[in-house]
Amino acid sequence: MISFTSILTWVTFFPLLGVLVILFIPRDRPNAIRWTALIASTATFMISLVMLSQFDGADPGLQLAVRRPWFQLAGVEIEYSLGVDGLSILLILLTTLLTPISILSTWTAVEERVKEFMAFFLLLEVGMVGVFVALDLFLFYIFWEFTLVPMYFLIGIWGGPRRTYAAIKFFLYTMAGSILMLLAILWLGLRFETFSVPDLIAQGNIPADIQTWLFLAFAAAFAIKVPMWPLHSWLPDAHVEAPTAGSVILAGVLLKMGTYGFLRFNIPLFPEAAARYAPWMAVLAVIGILYGAAVSYAQRDVKKLVAYSSVSHLGFVVLGLFALNSQGIQGGILQMVNHGLSTGALFIIVGMIYERRHTREMDDFGGLWRVMPVYAALTLVVTLSSMGLPGLNGFVGEFTILLGSFGSEAIGSSWFAGLAAAGVILAAIYLLFMFQKLFLGPLDKEENKTLKDLNWREVVTLVPLILLIFWIGLYPRPFFNLIAPAVDKLVATLQAAAFVVH
Amino acid sequence: MSFSEVLQGGSLFAYAPLIIAFPLLGLLINMIFGRRLGERAVGIIASSAVGLSFVIAILQFFALSTHPEGTSVPIADWITIGQLAVPWSLKVDTLSVTMMLMVTGVSALIHVYAIGYMHEDVRFQGDPGRFTRFFVFFNLFVATMMVLVTADNFLMMFVGWEGVGLCSYLLIGFWFEKGEDGIGNAIAGKKAFITNRIGDFGFLIAMFLIFGAVGSLQFADVFHWAHEHGLENVDVITAITLFLLLGATGKSAQIPLFVWLPDAMAGPTPVSALIHAATMVTAGIYMIARNQALYDVAGLSSNLVALIGAATALFAATIAVGQFDIKRVLAYSTISQLGFMLAAVGVGAQVAGMFHLVTHAFFKALLFLSAGSVIQGIEHGHHHLEHVGANPGGGEAFDPNDMRNMGGLRSKMKITFWVYLIGALALSGIFPLAGFWSKDEILADANHESIVIFLLLTVAAFFTAFYMGRQILMVFFGQPRSEAAKHAPENPPVMTVPLILLAVGAILGGVLNLPGMHTLTDWLEHTLHVHVTEFNPVVAGLSTLLALLAIGIAWFVYGRQPMGKGSPDPLRRMLGPIFVGMENKWWVDELYQFLIVRPYIALADVLADVIDWRFWHDWFHDTVLARTFREGTRWLNDAFDLRVIDGIANGLGNLTQAISGRMRFLQTGYVRNYALSFLVGVLLVLSYFIFGSS
Repeated sequence: MISFTSILTWVTFFPLLGVLVILFIPRDRPNAIRWTALIASTATFMISLVMLSQFDGADPGLQLAVRRPWFQLAGVEIEYSLGVDGLSILLILLTTLLTPISILSTWTAVEERVKEFMAFFLLLEVGMVGVFVALDLFLFYIFWEFTLVPMYFLIGIWGGPRRTYAAIKFFLYTMAGSILMLLAILWLGLRFETFSVPDLIAQGNIPADIQTWLFLAFAAAFAIKVPMWPLHSWLPDAHVEAPTAGSVILAGVLLKMGTYGFLRFNIPLFPEAAARYAPWMAVLAVIGILYGAAVSYAQRDVKKLVAYSSVSHLGFVVLGLFALNSQGIQGGILQMVNHGLSTGALFIIVGMIYERRHTREMDDFGGLWRVMPVYAALTLVVTLSSMGLPGLNGFVGEFTILLGSFGSEAIGSSWFAGLAAAGVILAAIYLLFMFQKLFLGPLDKEENKTLKDLNWREVVTLVPLILLIFWIGLYPRPFFNLIAPAVDKLVATLQAAAFVVH
Repeated sequence: MSFSEVLQGGSLFAYAPLIIAFPLLGLLINMIFGRRLGERAVGIIASSAVGLSFVIAILQFFALSTHPEGTSVPIADWITIGQLAVPWSLKVDTLSVTMMLMVTGVSALIHVYAIGYMHEDVRFQGDPGRFTRFFVFFNLFVATMMVLVTADNFLMMFVGWEGVGLCSYLLIGFWFEKGEDGIGNAIAGKKAFITNRIGDFGFLIAMFLIFGAVGSLQFADVFHWAHEHGLENVDVITAITLFLLLGATGKSAQIPLFVWLPDAMAGPTPVSALIHAATMVTAGIYMIARNQALYDVAGLSSNLVALIGAATALFAATIAVGQFDIKRVLAYSTISQLGFMLAAVGVGAQVAGMFHLVTHAFFKALLFLSAGSVIQGIEHGHHHLEHVGANPGGGEAFDPNDMRNMGGLRSKMKITFWVYLIGALALSGIFPLAGFWSKDEILADANHESIVIFLLLTVAAFFTAFYMGRQILMVFFGQPRSEAAKHAPENPPVMTVPLILLAVGAILGGVLNLPGMHTLTDWLEHTLHVHVTEFNPVVAGLSTLLALLAIGIAWFVYGRQPMGKGSPDPLRRMLGPIFVGMENKWWVDELYQFLIVRPYIALADVLADVIDWRFWHDWFHDTVLARTFREGTRWLNDAFDLRVIDGIANGLGNLTQAISGRMRFLQTGYVRNYALSFLVGVLLVLSYFIFGSS
């Protein structure tokens, strides 16, 4: 059933080749294992660039699609169906980019069981890319659940002191939401006799009252994953305990699976329900933005601070998506990428200092700019990106999201965007506080006086992210060009649905 | 093509983007090679980059002299989504070129001055390696400021708007390990950024409103819309202009957001002169002048602009009277003068506001740099004493900024004294210096428009002359009140020459818009709606009289009998609690601490600790949910003793264990229950669908 001629198959499953090679490398040669993982994931990134070159930005539909029958469930065909469009292409690229970067970031941080670590990591990549390319609901669900397994072990084996607790909690919470989604998927598939997402959208005759239930069932899975307030309680545990590379991928990609789910399934499959619930989603999003920012500010553990900031940042994404207009959705998609870049980079940055000092308490630092100027400068750029400084990537996303939601008919009130914009002030408060605690003030702790600045490997880890931060901030056009046609098409169908609702 | 042909064709406009590019290039060179280049080269590169920008500004000036209507210079596409189309594009017109000339001109002088100043400062502060960093930030400032003033649309202006805020943050906290408790400077920088962000929030909302109403963020489109449809949209324009005003009160340090500027004096003195006196803080005035088309429609907003400006002018002037830090006096003076400008644009006197903006840039930059010269002189004196083994500070930390440690510097620092005096007189509005003309034009316009504004500004002008008189007398006259002041030497020409040039500007700046000639009015007429302000001899006479009176009183208090060493300010005895209020800045900082800062910190702590962690995370999730789940699965387990499934679960557990010997928890019943229950659940659901419906 798998089509080996499809580029999407290669992007998705190429990391398995790396896993296979790693299995044959003796465990007393960790560097060979690391290099294999790095090469396999870099090659995957290259393949995804080939995919990009074959992608036609002007085409709003699904491209490079492959569709083969797989097996039957109660008489309904389940298909090996992959495809990419403007909604997913940037997220695929983000995944294939962040994976090698995470592997590079963990070069010296993971010393034990390198073999298993790298194998799990590559398996995780398969699952994540699979989530973004799958167009069959059942196949999507398999990839979706599959990502839990490697992540569970990454936290549970290589995590911090409370890793067991965090890993189980992570697993259970995402599972709990997924069960509801599974039920909805099965209902949909059996009722309409297909699991194919494009077919279901094309049929488009799901009754409004049923849409509500299905919308909520899908939303349960995705809202936990994002995580939207108040379902975020698993996130700080998972982040604090996860190893650096795990946190990077968790924040950079796994959370986007939630927002992507809203975009790929909730909105186009249940447009009337989406339009009806948009104001409620906006309420939760705005609470998340403000609440996440305030709670971040109160943290004393820098990793926890960054973890909570995701609650705030992802609130912007959800707000943009449920603005249900061009600016909001395009901004939302771009902001998913932006958050992946800047928060991914922030977790790498936190990992770098943790590796040196084995503490993340901000009170243990201060004045690091003096001894680690390169580290300080790179962190500054990432921090500014995260707080949405114009000229850097975060601003382009936040601004378009706010502009879209400010004038959104679906949300129905400018107050949400107005309050969300206040989140921009709060972001400056907690991020500048973080920067101050780490880098400014006197260098008065003995242990910090001898810290070494970043080495070449560490700089190389961050530089691609920094370059993208500037690129998207100054000239986002190529990125918007990729997503615009698909979003415009989606918005057009939504307007028809909104017409029904109002 | 000859030069004149180039001028005729207006093709000089095409060079406008270089005004941003040169400083960017300068900072890149210094950032990459700075360490190897050495101080001198770094300083020269940074200064020439700004100098080249000044040349570009002059070219634009020439281009405008033949094409006064100006033009837009597109650079690249930026954000285009649906209806939203925002390009990178420069606006070259008489208003923006006025700012370009002023900013790059003053910047170039201050860059040169900073070569000398920072050479000393990095050594005094003990980290010579930071010399390059300073000039990188300084060039970045010029670049972002140019983005701000040349912007052709609101969003690009906002890029510059926050960009200069970033530079301000970085430069206030330049000595980030210094200040109160070693963290004071860093906190001052943060305060500036966050206070400005509150203003930026207003700017953002204004943009959303504009886009909602007009469907564009291009200045040309928005102003055209305001002309055509302004009267039908007074409400939304009022809202837009009020939010823009909030933005201006942040950047230009007006009530209620002025509190960051005095603390910003933590930055090195060239920073105070360039960013926090001459250029960046005037951005709010420039922005409101730029949006004249909107403010003309919204009468309410214009009145509020004028009122806030005039109230700030007076309020800040009273605080300046009670300060002892030489730079803080100037900081409050800056806030006060910005209030004058804001009041001017509020009463519709955009030209007078811009006129004062330019003259103020000269004399206030001059005053700050001279103050820097004084401070460095005192530091030298202090150093000299340490060198010879005397104990100058008497054990206490010595503050070279404190005017109580000065006195009698007139004879030690002759050049500095004279240029300082010129600056002070210009600021006080003494004929025929620059400040006289520009302040008078504002007063004349205010007198024409509103008696309240006029009175507030006139009283503020009186205070201005008084606190400058006080400062001159405390710093330069009488006897030295510290050993350091006794040994303060004059600074080298790299610092004094820019001072002299600025002093020339402070003397002659008035010719820009003399009554009867109104050069600036004619120049700006191509961009703004202007009116010629009639010279009002009564207003001019009155304000000059008041200024002289104020200086006289200052002499009566501080000059007749100079302050002695360690003696209190004589004004404290005369004014009592009023002086205490002025000295403590009327407790505005404390008020904000009490009303905003501490409640937010408390709220964040309660949310994070009580609500999010103890209630939601620990109690609800870990106790309620987990227990329910445990009970449920135990019941499941007891109810169906499914040995097969149990076996599968155990098998899975063993398999996992084989992968990781460290995961012992998988053997506990607790986890087995989880796995079991999921398996049961999933199998039940699946079998229902597979067998039930087929």
